[in-house]
Amino acid sequence: MKLTGAEIVWECLVREGVNVIFGYPGGAILPTYDAMTKYPQIHHVLVRHEQGATHMADGYARASGRVGTAIATSGPGATNMVTGIATAMMDSSPIVCITGQVGSKAIGSDAFQETDVTGVTLPITKHNYLVTRPEDIARTLREAFYIASSGRPGPVLVDITKDAQQLTADFDWEAAAPRLPGYRPHLRSLPSEYQRAIELINSAKRPLIFAGQGVIKSGATRIVLELAEKAQIPIAMTLLGIGGIPASHPLNLGMMGMHGEAWVNMAIQQADLLIACGMRFDDRVTGNLKTYAPNARKIHIEIDPSEVNKNVRVDAALLGDLRCVLEEIVPHIQPADHEEWLEHIQEMKGDSAVRDIQHLPDNGHLYAAHVINDMWRLTRDVDPIVVTDVGQHQMWEAQYFRHEQPRSLITSGGLGTMGFALPAAIGAKFARPDKEVWVIAGDGGFQMTMAELATVVQEGLKLNIAIINNAYLGMVRQWQEFFYEKRYAATPLLGPDFVKLADAFGLKGIRVTRRSEVRAAVEEARAHPGTVVIDFQVEQEDSVFPMVPAGADLHNMIRRPKPKVNVLAETGADVEWEMPR
Amino acid sequence: MPKHILVAYVEDKPGVLNRVASLFRRRAFNIDSLTVGRTEQEGVSRMTIVVDTDEVTARRIEANLYKLVNVLRVDDVTNKPAVVRDLALVKVSAANGKRAEILQLADVFRARVVDIEERSLMLEVTGSEDKIEGLIKVLQPFGIIEMVRTGIVAMARGAEAVSPNPPTVAAQLAEPGNGEATPAGLAMSV
Repeated sequence: MKLTGAEIVWECLVREGVNVIFGYPGGAILPTYDAMTKYPQIHHVLVRHEQGATHMADGYARASGRVGTAIATSGPGATNMVTGIATAMMDSSPIVCITGQVGSKAIGSDAFQETDVTGVTLPITKHNYLVTRPEDIARTLREAFYIASSGRPGPVLVDITKDAQQLTADFDWEAAAPRLPGYRPHLRSLPSEYQRAIELINSAKRPLIFAGQGVIKSGATRIVLELAEKAQIPIAMTLLGIGGIPASHPLNLGMMGMHGEAWVNMAIQQADLLIACGMRFDDRVTGNLKTYAPNARKIHIEIDPSEVNKNVRVDAALLGDLRCVLEEIVPHIQPADHEEWLEHIQEMKGDSAVRDIQHLPDNGHLYAAHVINDMWRLTRDVDPIVVTDVGQHQMWEAQYFRHEQPRSLITSGGLGTMGFALPAAIGAKFARPDKEVWVIAGDGGFQMTMAELATVVQEGLKLNIAIINNAYLGMVRQWQEFFYEKRYAATPLLGPDFVKLADAFGLKGIRVTRRSEVRAAVEEARAHPGTVVIDFQVEQEDSVFPMVPAGADLHNMIRRPKPKVNVLAETGADVEWEMPR
Repeated sequence: MPKHILVAYVEDKPGVLNRVASLFRRRAFNIDSLTVGRTEQEGVSRMTIVVDTDEVTARRIEANLYKLVNVLRVDDVTNKPAVVRDLALVKVSAANGKRAEILQLADVFRARVVDIEERSLMLEVTGSEDKIEGLIKVLQPFGIIEMVRTGIVAMARGAEAVSPNPPTVAAQLAEPGNGEATPAGLAMSV
């Protein structure tokens, strides 16, 4: 069958199961956009900035587990995608980005809107391609989808010259099967490694399971819990691991790391065995590597061999898909109760409870932690998808919003991309139209990509958007407060009237300044058929605790200040707030 | 730090050298030398990469190389019996009747004279890095006018070929330094 390169692109996307693509047209990709009209089965979402398209594809991928797809033109269209691609790379999100390129004869001539996009994206893609002939398009796209979604997932970019889109070639899907002799997504460790890991687990006195994003990506929730329950091993989660283990599970301690709860970080420092499941010992979870988990042997279950011994030297490395590896191990694990260890951790929790902001009575101030915890209480019946941006609100969400389901928290962890939330939520809503989707963003990050509100309107989507507005770049301000003697260089932030802004887009806007108004606002937003923007004007100079300063020892946290009155002791049974995990 | 010699088979496609070089830059691995050339198999190139690094980092480099889609096979020949060769062309000043002396030295190092001129001569020498360093050292007093070196190429000894086909188990990661300890290929063979 003779087709143009542009038609081959769409034929391939249809066969790869793509039903929505996020993009922005332009000169070098026009032939492909022109052919799009013949493929109504794929819905195209017109974004307001190509960065938004990549975050949407990313949000789609994270919410669904399928490959997200974005498309843009050459030059500025492609370079605008860079931030979104890097975000997907750091968080192992499977997306395929298609970009137009100037004609193959013009490559290298600095033609209009020419950029060496494969060169630019080389270090931030799992793999990328430049296609100059229509007959190469089908195989390349098949390889791109396969590479993006297999092994450790990641972004793949396919740059297609304009002439390759325009010229015709024979299209044969079957004959265009991937040819990737050097690509080995499925590795296995030697049996001796398995034996060592099993022995380490069976002999541990103070073991700890680390649940990273791999738990979610591999669908390993059940088997991780089986391991934890069989040997009574408590679980600590990374930021991206949240949702992989139900927050309500008694063995789930909560989040570890820079803003992890004190008892979690202390447990890590005291553990004698860490069983790392699909996580990569990022500096935000380890703190100072020299003093990190000094008494612990380490087992690393990891799909990407290059992560092994990268930051932390391990005693056993089990390569492969987390679920498959654990299924081989768990039958050999002996039941245990680790009573002393669990009791010890429970004691450390009690010490933290006194400091918990949830135990502060309503003093007329609106605290972000209260807002977020209230949002969780009011929506827990449906366990919504929450998409957070980057900064203080992101950490408060991780601490005070309790996720029970995998893929219910979507956030930019590795790259920490401000502006991620709104576009990623759009992608997530397309992936899961049945789910209630909440955006929680700071006023800084929201202003980076708020133009995508127009995309929300054009697509008629229903999102609930909570802006945690403290009129500061809050996390940076917090660092300035702690480490730069309160010199607030360029962190006070003037924002628009977000209620009027919502109105300008034809959306509903609500302003909240007191805690007593939170419930009504959240309920009103949920009941409203269209997208609602809630401007929560919170306490301006509030900080996220606990905090491990960058590079400090994990146990040297800046703790939450102890309240003057111990509300727990004073009010006893009247305390209605339960502990965050 | 010890030198590690990695042999990588890669697909002969545009941009592959860039991907390998970019990996070393991106991860701050220090390349000592890198050579690329064709192999016995069409469409497959062979790289010899020398890095100054410890054993654990060498394993990480190997794993990172394997992550590149176009890399077919990586083999660390550091601790294997292997022939390791560098080639140098050295143009040395031979004025004031020094020619005979230089030719004598060249003979000791089994260097070949490939160009000769009134006041200079060009030597071609092949061998281990140590041998070439040795020759350069003794030539320096005469005045080296110009020099070029190819960087190391390496091949394991014996009838077995390191085939570009991937090894069946590519993941003996946790036990660094379990290779044979005889650095036979690194001995000088003057």
